[in-house]
Amino acid sequence: MERVLLDEKAVERSISRITLEILEKNQGSKSLSLIGIRTRGVFLAKRICDKISAVESRQMPLGVLDITMYRDDIATLKAPEVKKTDIPFNVNDMTIVLIDDVLHTGRTTRAAIDAIMDLGRPTRIQLAVLVDRGQRELPIQPDYTGIYYTAAPEEEVFVRLREIDGKDEVVLTARL
Amino acid sequence: MSWTHKDLLGVRELSREEILFLLDTADSFRDISRRDIKKVPTLRGKTVITLFYEPSTRTRVSFEIAAKRLSADAVNISTASSSVVKGESLVDTGRNLQSMRPDVIVIRHSMPGAPHMLSRILDCSIINAGDGAHEHPTQALLDLFTIREKKETVDGLKIAIIGDIAHSRVARSNIFALKKFDTEITCCAPLTMLPPGLASLGVKVTDRLDEAVADKDVIMMLRIQKERGGTSYIPSIREYASLYCLNEEHVGRARKDVIIMHPGPMNRGVEISDAVADGPYSVILDQVENGVAVRMAILYLLSGGES
Repeated sequence: MERVLLDEKAVERSISRITLEILEKNQGSKSLSLIGIRTRGVFLAKRICDKISAVESRQMPLGVLDITMYRDDIATLKAPEVKKTDIPFNVNDMTIVLIDDVLHTGRTTRAAIDAIMDLGRPTRIQLAVLVDRGQRELPIQPDYTGIYYTAAPEEEVFVRLREIDGKDEVVLTARL
Repeated sequence: MSWTHKDLLGVRELSREEILFLLDTADSFRDISRRDIKKVPTLRGKTVITLFYEPSTRTRVSFEIAAKRLSADAVNISTASSSVVKGESLVDTGRNLQSMRPDVIVIRHSMPGAPHMLSRILDCSIINAGDGAHEHPTQALLDLFTIREKKETVDGLKIAIIGDIAHSRVARSNIFALKKFDTEITCCAPLTMLPPGLASLGVKVTDRLDEAVADKDVIMMLRIQKERGGTSYIPSIREYASLYCLNEEHVGRARKDVIIMHPGPMNRGVEISDAVADGPYSVILDQVENGVAVRMAILYLLSGGES
């Protein structure tokens, strides 16, 4: 059983609003850079990057982060696949907006912050997510949120994006 | 895919898919060595022991650096300064080390099968860092990584392996690994250094260097294994060098974009000339850099948990 939280148009509107909020909060795109967390955060980051680049008429620095090496549960997992991290710019003195699809426990965000700190010393790190589903296990809050929905523990929130899933939507399913 | 092996004893038992998965993983780990902060917390709390019964510079340091860059604790034992000189057997040394609860033991031994024996009696993961003239899996994997990096693919390549094939674990592991891909391998050495049955591994065999290098994409040079009696198979080092030392003229017979490899240590002027070792086609130092990344990937994959 699936319930749609955001349809295609709503996803697009959320991304547009987050883009404008990022520009508003940082008063433009100076020393701003975006880092998408694999897998779906990368596609969201690319879309936000394109929108900002169009408005600000400059190419935004865009990075891709794989947090596998920084997971806190790696000792219990069977060596999850490590993918490439590609951050082709210096993070020092940058304002970095981390972009992920779903914010849940906050553990992925913690790993991502640690991974970026190992690359240098950014001025600040902000967090943008398409869905905040609550149930945090760490003291982490997003700066930009597409939709806030308090999901029950047995519910799962999936973000689908046209780049890999064929269409844009955010759906809720009950775990069996 | 997920990794299912507890140990890395040889490349022979790895599938093509597993090798490619390992190389992809190594590709991600290589970037860590190129940053300012060359450390990730991935293997925090894990202990890696390197147990070397034979001399080594590259392999031992490479494993130690790989472990440390993943935040594992690395402990090195060289047998010359250990209880081995007091007469302790390999099995007893292994059991005693196990009692200190390491997660991985990296072993190099002059006896073929020594790592295999340890893997049967110990619970921790065992990595073969060279067992006699049998296998040296991490060398073959880093060679494959380097070939793939320079040539984009391993398939379709013509490769020459030249030198003391009979006593070389590097040659054996590389043949096992390269035969899992669509490659054409030519082994070249004096007849006394070509082991019987070599052709049954599916490789071409010749004793003529100019024939071996012709039209090749990759040339791998090997040193004479003096510690395994290699010099007794040739009349003299000088005669060997006059016939089998790779020089620029030989390189000119290969493909224009040939790469020259050597697992080290090199004996300059014996199997390889200075001009070739330091020349534009040499990827020998790239092999060393890639060795750290490949060993990080192996330590990572072997250290995975249960679920």
